[in-house]
Amino acid sequence: MMLDIENLHARVEDKPILQGIDLQVSPGEVHAIMGPNGSGKSTLSHVLAGRSGYGVTGGTVTYRGQNLLDMAPEERAREGVFLAFQYPVEIPGVSNIYLLKAALNAQRKHRGESEVDAMDFLRLVKEKIRSLDLDEQFLYRGVNEGFSGGEKKRNEILQMAILEPKLCILDETDSGLDIDALKVVADGVNALRTAERSFILVTHYQRLLDYIKPDFVHVLAQGRIVKSGDASLALELEKKGYGWIEQEMAAVA
Amino acid sequence: MSPGPNPDYCEHFNALGEQLPGAGSAWVNHARRMALAQFDQQGFPSPRDEDWRYTNVSAIEKKRFKPLITSGDAAADADWLNRYRLTDAWSLVFVDGRFSARLSDIHDLPEDVTVQAMSAALANPPAAVEAEFGRVVGQTSRHGFVSFNTAFFTDGVLLHVPADTVLSRPVQIIHVASQPEAATNLRNLVILECGAQAALVETHLSMESAGSLAVSITEAVIRERAQLDGYLLHGASQRAFRFGGFYVDVGTAGHFTHTNLSLGGLLVRNEIHVDLAESGQCALDGLFVGQGRRHVDSHTRVRHRGAHGTSRENYRGVLSDRSRGVFQGRIVVEPQAQKTDAQMNNRNLLLSDEAEIDTKPQLEIHADDVKCAHGVAVGQLDPESIFYLESRGVDPVSARNMLTFAFANTLVDGISLAGFRDIAQDALLALFPEAGIRKDWL
Repeated sequence: MMLDIENLHARVEDKPILQGIDLQVSPGEVHAIMGPNGSGKSTLSHVLAGRSGYGVTGGTVTYRGQNLLDMAPEERAREGVFLAFQYPVEIPGVSNIYLLKAALNAQRKHRGESEVDAMDFLRLVKEKIRSLDLDEQFLYRGVNEGFSGGEKKRNEILQMAILEPKLCILDETDSGLDIDALKVVADGVNALRTAERSFILVTHYQRLLDYIKPDFVHVLAQGRIVKSGDASLALELEKKGYGWIEQEMAAVA
Repeated sequence: MSPGPNPDYCEHFNALGEQLPGAGSAWVNHARRMALAQFDQQGFPSPRDEDWRYTNVSAIEKKRFKPLITSGDAAADADWLNRYRLTDAWSLVFVDGRFSARLSDIHDLPEDVTVQAMSAALANPPAAVEAEFGRVVGQTSRHGFVSFNTAFFTDGVLLHVPADTVLSRPVQIIHVASQPEAATNLRNLVILECGAQAALVETHLSMESAGSLAVSITEAVIRERAQLDGYLLHGASQRAFRFGGFYVDVGTAGHFTHTNLSLGGLLVRNEIHVDLAESGQCALDGLFVGQGRRHVDSHTRVRHRGAHGTSRENYRGVLSDRSRGVFQGRIVVEPQAQKTDAQMNNRNLLLSDEAEIDTKPQLEIHADDVKCAHGVAVGQLDPESIFYLESRGVDPVSARNMLTFAFANTLVDGISLAGFRDIAQDALLALFPEAGIRKDWL
C-alpha cells in the first residue's frame, strides 16, 4: 500500500476541518479528490505534506508502512512525498536551478547516495524543461520570481519530474490555468505516471480530469469522503454540481 | 588655537601638520585649519542633531582614536588582499590611510586621464582640484566627521576623466586599517567631465580585531551627460568604526548609480548624498547586514534641483542577534524640479527579538507636478516560504538560512559589474557560513 488514511481528523485552530477521512491508495493509482469550497480538500493535502498549523486530532496515516504523521515535512519529501502547491511561493535571490539541485541532493543524501554530477544534472534538467515547454532562462531566475500562474504550475511539475517522488499530491493545480497551460501540465503529469507512482489530484473542477484520467474519484464534503466512484463520477458532478451530494447527505442524516 | 573640547586633536594636528599632503599649498592648509577650528567647535555629531538621532557616536568621541601618519603597509598581506581585488581594474591600495605603491596598480592609464594618489596630486595641485575640493560636500554636510576628515586626511584618490572619455576598466580603491586605536582619513575627489564615464569601486577592510576608526569622504562632480557607477563594499572586522560619506553633484542629464554593501564593522555610518540637475538620474542600492552587536546606519539624501530628474532607491537590511540598523532616506524636490520621478524603498528582515531597525523615509516636495513614492517594510521570514522549501526536502534550519541569504542576495545578484558581484557574493556568503549555501550551485 502506498498510502492508507484511516479515520483522519484535523482542525485549524478550534475549527474541525477533516472529520474522519478514509482513503487507500495503491502504487500506480490516480485518485481525484473533488469537493465544494471549504470541504477540506486543501487541508487534506497540507496535512499529508506536514504543514504546521493543523492539529491532527485523530486517525492514522500510513505511508509505505511508516507513520507519516510522525515525520517532519522535509523527511516526507525525502521519502518521496511531493506536494505541488496551489500557490507556489516566489523566492527572489535563489535561482530555480539552485533549489532543484538543493532538493535533489537533500533527497540523495537521505538515501545515502553521492551528490549529483553537475553535468548530468544540467542535462537532466534541460531535457525536462523542454518537455514542459519552459524556457531555459527560467532555471536561472529566482524561484517562481515574476512567473505567470501557468509558469508557476509548470515549475511545480518540473520539480516533480526532477525529484521523481513516489506519491504526488497536486493541490488545485488546474486553478488559474488556461486550456493550453492545463494541457502542458497534464502532459507533464501523464509522462510521470508509472506502475509504482501514485497521484492524488485535489481539484474543484472536472476539467483537469479530461486530461489526466483518474482511476478513482472521491467526493469530499464537510470533512469526509461521502462518495467514491470511477472517472464517471466526476462527469456526473460536472453535470449536476455539488448540490445533489449535499442533499443526499441531508437525506441520510 | 583656543583649547576647545578636543585639545588632543589640536595637538595631533600641530604635530602632524607639516607631514600631511598639501602642506606646501596655501589653500590646502587653509582648508585644513578652517576645518580643524570647526571640528574643535562641534566635535563629532550628537544624537541631538536630527540627522544623527538613531546613531550615537559617543563611543568614537570617548575612544580618542589617534590620527595616524605612519602606514602598516608591510603588514598588509597581498594574498589576503587579492581576494577583494578586481582582476581587471586600476587599483589604489591604502594602508592606514597611506598610499601603498607596492600594492597598487595604476599602469597603462589612457592619456589625459588622471588616477592618482591624493598625496601625489596635492604636491602640485591642478586648478580643477582647488576649484572642486570641498565644494560638493559643503553643499550638504558640515558635521564633525567632515571637518575631522578635511583637517586630517592623509591620502585618497584623485580621479579626473576628460570629456567624452569612457574608462575601459573600473578604478578600485582598497583601504586596509591595520592598526588598533588609530583614526585614518581618506579623501577622494572624482571629476567626470561632460560625457565621461567611469566606475569606482571602494573596498574598506580591516586586519586587526582591535577597533580603529576609518573615515572616508568622496566628492564626485559629474558634469553634463557624464556617468559614474560607484560601488562600496565595507567588510571591516566586527570591532571597526567607520564613517563614510559619498557626496555627488550630478550635472544636466548626468547619471549616478551607487551600490552600498555594508557588511562589516561595529559602528558604521554611510552617507550618500546626491544633487541632481535637470534630467539627472540616480539609482542608489544598498544592503546592510547587522549581526552580533553591530550598529549600521545608511543615510541617503537625494535633492532634485532640476526638472525631469529620476531617482531610484532600494535598500535592504538584514538584522539578527542584538544588532541595530538605521535607514534614513530623504528626497527633496525643489520648486523648479517639475516632472521629478522619485521612488524609494526600504525592506528589512528582522531575525531576532533583540534586533532593531529604525527606518525613516522622508519626502520633502516643493513642486506640484511630480511623481514621488516611498515604501518601507519590516518583517520576518515568511512561514509559507519555509514550508515550501521543507516540502522540497530542505531541513528547516537550512530553509531559514536559504531565505535569509536570498533576501540579501537579490541585491548582490543585481550588481552589473561582474567582478564586483563575485567578490560581494563571497563576502555575503562569509557572513552566513551556517547557511550552507553552495556558491558553485548559485
